[in-house]
Amino acid sequence: MSDMTMNRTRLEERLYQNRYRVDEGRPHVRIRRRVHDSDALKSLLTICPAGCYARDERGRIEVATDGCMECGTCRIVCAKTGEIEWDYPRGGYGILFKFG
Amino acid sequence: MSEHFDAIVVGAGPSGNAAALTMAKAGLTVLQIDRGEYAGSKNVQGAILYADALERLIPDFREEAPLERHIVEQRMWLMDETSHVGAHYRSDDFNEDRPNRYTIIRAQFDQWFARAVRDAGALQLTETTVTGLVKDEAGTVVGVETDREGGPVFADVVVLGEGVNGLVGQRAGLRSELSPDHAALAVKEMHFLPQDVIENRFNLGSEDEGVVIEAVGAVSDGMVGTGFLYTNRESVSIGVGCMVSDFAATGTSPYRLLDRFKAHPSVKPLLAGSEMKEYAAHLIPEGGYGAIPALTGDGWIVVGDAGQFVNSVHREGSNLAMTTGRLAGEAVAALKCQGKPCTAANLKAYEAALQDSVVVKDLKKYRRLPATLHANKQFFTAYPAAVSKAMQTWLRVDGTDKRTKEKQMVGILRAARGGFRGLAGDMWKLARAWR
Repeated sequence: MSDMTMNRTRLEERLYQNRYRVDEGRPHVRIRRRVHDSDALKSLLTICPAGCYARDERGRIEVATDGCMECGTCRIVCAKTGEIEWDYPRGGYGILFKFG
Repeated sequence: MSEHFDAIVVGAGPSGNAAALTMAKAGLTVLQIDRGEYAGSKNVQGAILYADALERLIPDFREEAPLERHIVEQRMWLMDETSHVGAHYRSDDFNEDRPNRYTIIRAQFDQWFARAVRDAGALQLTETTVTGLVKDEAGTVVGVETDREGGPVFADVVVLGEGVNGLVGQRAGLRSELSPDHAALAVKEMHFLPQDVIENRFNLGSEDEGVVIEAVGAVSDGMVGTGFLYTNRESVSIGVGCMVSDFAATGTSPYRLLDRFKAHPSVKPLLAGSEMKEYAAHLIPEGGYGAIPALTGDGWIVVGDAGQFVNSVHREGSNLAMTTGRLAGEAVAALKCQGKPCTAANLKAYEAALQDSVVVKDLKKYRRLPATLHANKQFFTAYPAAVSKAMQTWLRVDGTDKRTKEKQMVGILRAARGGFRGLAGDMWKLARAWR
């Protein structure tokens, strides 16, 4: 297994321990696509603590918010480029910390 | 539900709870709104509770609050890849009737705290996200919009205890966007172990005694940051936090960093056989004094992490949150009592109280430190490595005479910064930022 895949597996095992109430069809983070993905957006591939960012078939950055812990890192890293639209999930949805 | 309150508090963390409790106890009608499933379910902390700040709100909190262990020992580590150099302070004096610091589990603690707020008479609305502020024609904040049906809710003042990632105040133009070099990203895991195993492993005398480990060096992989390990009763909280700007510049994975910390030979045996039950991530405001935004205006007031009230050197945040929440609550209650409106001018009483408080005194003291550390990563890289190497030279018995060893050690420290000038310059920078 490559280092990258192993990291990924370990991350998924971690997130599996968390409790979420997913708001189906209403992701609270969206990407506002530019002509090219900025370096800031690309950095989210590795620095998002929940691994929400990946490349699609065309190599563009996409986001899946299911494991999101709502830390806000992506929001502030991409504040200048305006590529991230970030809202709180609706009340009661999203991460539900058991211990915090 | 009455549609108009004396005060609306956004958020049910330490600052929002402190503010809501203070105002409710003073007889104000208070509505507190939190987006979590229950008050506290979105909150994350290490977590250390500093008794003093809470005692000023709830003097007998020790009788009811869910506390884990009081701290009897502090371990401070400088780490390289395979070693750590430690300074430990342990004292039986910390085993006192009213201990000074405790480990807590925030989800449990916050529920207790929020209950105390309800018991004082505040109305709490959970599972509700505040989506914006309502202003009148003059620009005065007069209430909040939420994602619940039924339209806006109104109040004489809105207390923003919305946390570090506080969108409400920022979107209303009350403060600018949080900058990546003013925030740290921390990731943390909860590792469960039998109670007696924790006591044996950490040399603790009872189920109430606890240890704190703070680590600097290889743990942050060249970035400005620290690692921590706190003992709870039946679990250990372990985490790493580094500046968001450093994560973005280096592309380091926070969870990889945490894995490395956990796998470090000094840490690994402490966690052996544990069961990981939660992984959390959260931002910590670390901009210090210079990053404190506007705190008051017509009809609004900011408390806690939303106001950047964290002392990153001393790892104090929740206590500053409680203190700022209390001072804001007292300022609002005093205005209410005098029949005065919560205008920007009148709310300055809060800022005056902050200036006199330990919160601003401490943040002011360290105002130069965030920028100094940011520009001098050697405090997190070259120095911990050099100290470790020097210690190893000192301790290893290998036929080299002691005078030669001492020369080698001095050489190692000099080499870390390319000579004595570099060393002296660093000490000066650090001393200046510390003052």
